[in-house]
Amino acid sequence: MAKLTKEEVKHIAHLARLAITEEEAEKFSEQLGKITEYVETLNELDTTNVEPTSHVLPIVNVMREDAAKKGLELEKVLLNVKEHENGLIKVPPILEE
Amino acid sequence: MTLLERSSKELQEGLHKGEFKIVDVINETYKRIEEVDGDVQAFLALNKEKALEEAKEKDQVPVNERGPLFGLPIGIKDNIVTEGLETTCASKILEGFIPIYDATVVKKIREAGMITIGKLNMDEFAMGSSTETSYYKKTKNPWDLERVPGGSSGGSAASVAAGEVPFALGTDTGGSIRQPAAFCGVVGMKPTYGRVSRFGAVAFASSLDQIGPITRNVYDNALLLEVIAGVDPNDSTSADVPVPNYASKLDGDIKGLRIAVPKEFLSEGIDESVRQSVLDALEVFKGLGATVEEVSLPHSKYALATYYILASSEASSNLARFDGIRYGFRAEGVKNLMDLYKQTRAQGFGDEVKRRIMLGTYSLSAGTYDAYYKKAQQVRTLIKQDYDKVFEDYDVIVGPTTPTAAFKIGENIDDPLTMYANDILTIPINLAGVPAISIPCGFDNGLPLGLQIIGKHFDEETVYRAAYAFEQATDYHKQSPRLGGK
Repeated sequence: MAKLTKEEVKHIAHLARLAITEEEAEKFSEQLGKITEYVETLNELDTTNVEPTSHVLPIVNVMREDAAKKGLELEKVLLNVKEHENGLIKVPPILEE
Repeated sequence: MTLLERSSKELQEGLHKGEFKIVDVINETYKRIEEVDGDVQAFLALNKEKALEEAKEKDQVPVNERGPLFGLPIGIKDNIVTEGLETTCASKILEGFIPIYDATVVKKIREAGMITIGKLNMDEFAMGSSTETSYYKKTKNPWDLERVPGGSSGGSAASVAAGEVPFALGTDTGGSIRQPAAFCGVVGMKPTYGRVSRFGAVAFASSLDQIGPITRNVYDNALLLEVIAGVDPNDSTSADVPVPNYASKLDGDIKGLRIAVPKEFLSEGIDESVRQSVLDALEVFKGLGATVEEVSLPHSKYALATYYILASSEASSNLARFDGIRYGFRAEGVKNLMDLYKQTRAQGFGDEVKRRIMLGTYSLSAGTYDAYYKKAQQVRTLIKQDYDKVFEDYDVIVGPTTPTAAFKIGENIDDPLTMYANDILTIPINLAGVPAISIPCGFDNGLPLGLQIIGKHFDEETVYRAAYAFEQATDYHKQSPRLGGK
């Protein structure tokens, strides 16, 4: 499974929302291929019946009162927005012309 | 000795006696930065005007109302948000980003009276081991300007080593505090996972990230951790465990301390000079009345692969938020929304970040999830069990922080796997979630080496006690790099 083809890399880039050139696809296919080959050394280990660890501490849900709190001020929210109008964030047209 | 080479105790003593004022300390900080940062390149943004204003106000506060870190300067890694002060994660995608709130740790250091000097360079989104993946600049190792300071908290470690600031905050996902601390000859602590709130630290790998202090000595490090540690309602993974007064427990007495030395940490791939410095350190510990025994952490060799799957998977999810809509860089000349996302991310992220996003996306995608992500989570369990087992019989685990001293700029940048191997001794600690410190333990041809002391969950106290005893018995931490003859 280790070797990643250029087509696979392009598909992953699409899933990750990254535009990718032919040269990049070539380079990443080689580098990611080497990395995946390396990480497959984990297959040497038998992990049947081993519980997966997502967090190292026994984490439980943290509850709080369901009380309404003031949100961020609009002015602050829009501080880093490239384009906005009437308190709304502007984006390019979603449908192609 | 300049003001900034003094410990917090010595600085407070001078302030209390009226030898100098807080504003003098802050002025000297910026003067030093002006003198040496052209060479070291540790800072991305400075907070000079506000810092000097704060210093003047703080000078008015009566001495008996001041805590041990009151009025002292601190630098902050650029992936920790600071209200009103540009925060970029050393990435183009966040160029010009002005946070609208302070991270919890920033709030806490402010409450302790510390003064934020500026933001420190790092590997882009903390992905790297040399600070070379920063979009903005390459930080140099103050001990040898042709070498890397380590990473990803390279700016934090270099600024402390260069005497620009006596305190810095870093973050550590796979070694990003300890490895640069080792390369720069300073003290860096990665606390237990959950010990310090991550609220306001830009997430890389949420199950591994921790914020921690970088300082010139162990005592100051302990003081700073006391300030930033504790449960936080804004971080549901922060732990509700009491925070001890670490610094007050440091007395140099470690008689009877049970030290474990994993044979895997001194095996092949570790430089002879590094090995020797650790063996010498173990003799120091024995001399102080500790017992030293060899143990095994059999799954150590799988930690690196496990880490790269888990950290990249979490990163691919965390970094999905950078889409060019609400903040940061936005690509121009795009034809639709999908194109906006793709172009913004392609132009905004550097190669290492893209590599990891893609590796993570691949690991999590249909058909590979079980073979990669789930498998890695299972191996993480085995690695954690290795540590649990050793800690049944020992108080701390000791070994080197890095396999070699600092390498040259450009040496490993085109070879991801070799670069990743740098973190082979620090990564398992993040996977197990335990605390670990790196302290200076020797030199290799004039380059500092680091000793790693690893503790049980939430037992930073014993780690600090061991580190302090070693530091007091040696003088590695008293040496400073010479920069421009100063």
